[in-house]
Amino acid sequence: MSAVTKTDVLIVGAGPVGLFAVFELGLFDMKCHLIDILDRPGGQCAELYPEKPIYDIPALPSVGAQELVDRLMEQIAPFKPEFTFNRMVSGLERLEDGTFRVTTDENEVFEAKVVVIAAGGGSFQPKRPPIPGIEAFEGKSVFYSVRRMEEFRGHDLVIVGGGDSALDWTINLQPVAKSVTLVHRRPEFRAAPDSVNKMYAMQEMKQLEFLVGQVAGVKGSDGHLESATIKGPDGDIEVACTRMLPFFGLTMKLGPIAEWGLNLHENLIPVDTEKFETSVPGIFAVGDINWYPGKLKLILSGFHEVALMAQAAKKIVSPGERIVFQYTTSSTSLQKKLGVA
Amino acid sequence: MTKLTYIAFDGTRFDVEAENGSTVMENAIRNAVPGIEAECGGACACATCHVYVDEAWTEKVGEPEAMEEDMLDFAYDVRPNSRLSCQIKVRDELDGLVVSVPERQG
Repeated sequence: MSAVTKTDVLIVGAGPVGLFAVFELGLFDMKCHLIDILDRPGGQCAELYPEKPIYDIPALPSVGAQELVDRLMEQIAPFKPEFTFNRMVSGLERLEDGTFRVTTDENEVFEAKVVVIAAGGGSFQPKRPPIPGIEAFEGKSVFYSVRRMEEFRGHDLVIVGGGDSALDWTINLQPVAKSVTLVHRRPEFRAAPDSVNKMYAMQEMKQLEFLVGQVAGVKGSDGHLESATIKGPDGDIEVACTRMLPFFGLTMKLGPIAEWGLNLHENLIPVDTEKFETSVPGIFAVGDINWYPGKLKLILSGFHEVALMAQAAKKIVSPGERIVFQYTTSSTSLQKKLGVA
Repeated sequence: MTKLTYIAFDGTRFDVEAENGSTVMENAIRNAVPGIEAECGGACACATCHVYVDEAWTEKVGEPEAMEEDMLDFAYDVRPNSRLSCQIKVRDELDGLVVSVPERQG
């Protein structure tokens, strides 16, 4: 087992609500560690709509989603939160003394007295492309990411998509694969122009083939791909292939948290509205991932939820300690924690 | 008010009255038109409000902008008359607009 990272509160998800949880928990002297599947903080705000304005954050008539994330990062900086990015939480177990032990998909181990699930719509995972019957080939000949390039050596490979992942892998796997066919529904690409030029140059040298069209079907047996039907402007073409890499962006899934033994309500986690605690004491759920009567998926609701949750978390992290309710405006002890007094 | 018609994949027609300035997606959700998911809530970030604009209306509705074209890459069975309904704003000249919902969203 790798070294154990210990913290007071482990927060799953570094979106706006997870970030603000650091603030509310920090006011009560709790140390936080956040885990997120993305490579940076901000969750959906950073991944889906960084440039879009948000109009319902109190006292900010209009704030860009990325700007909101930047400001939250500034606001929580005094509490020195730690982050682990590019990781998905997987296992959860409870130790004898009540501590939670959480592992990630890369086998890192975290121990915390309190776990806060602030996972929004779930973790971002590759989207399954809209190709009928593709499920049967997943993990055997259809992959959504490249973990090892060797997996593709000597194969007839079809790559689908027009973004950076599709173009980068088209270029990088070309020397390894037996043949590479790139399929995209139009001749324009979202990918960096450099990669697009390089791909066209390779096509010119007959090192790969680029087809305009959409994959309409896949054929094969026992998970072994034999061909793909490409619906193009001039009708259907059958392309022989033994590996496929579709890149259709990201979607959100609850993921392994679903196996943690928490009560669920249509992929959401029911909580009470006093502490925002799940059916497992010590595990809280805040923001878009939770459910209670009247729930609204608003960032501002999440902010409210973490303030109440922090009170309950404190009782678990420091049992027996008296909790004093204070205002940041007038409390010198809170101001010291914020580094302003 | 502007009249819009949605044709669900099973052929059911939904005739609705829409306010100018709202989006075709918003009116679909408000009227519970099946097959429009709008996962991202209208941020042009998910391609799950994909519709086909009736051929008679494609010119008036217009072409998608570059960002919408990029998102359409993630949709299922994209055709020349494909649009993301969150990017079509209702206005007077679209009175009578007909859109069809595809078999599935991406």
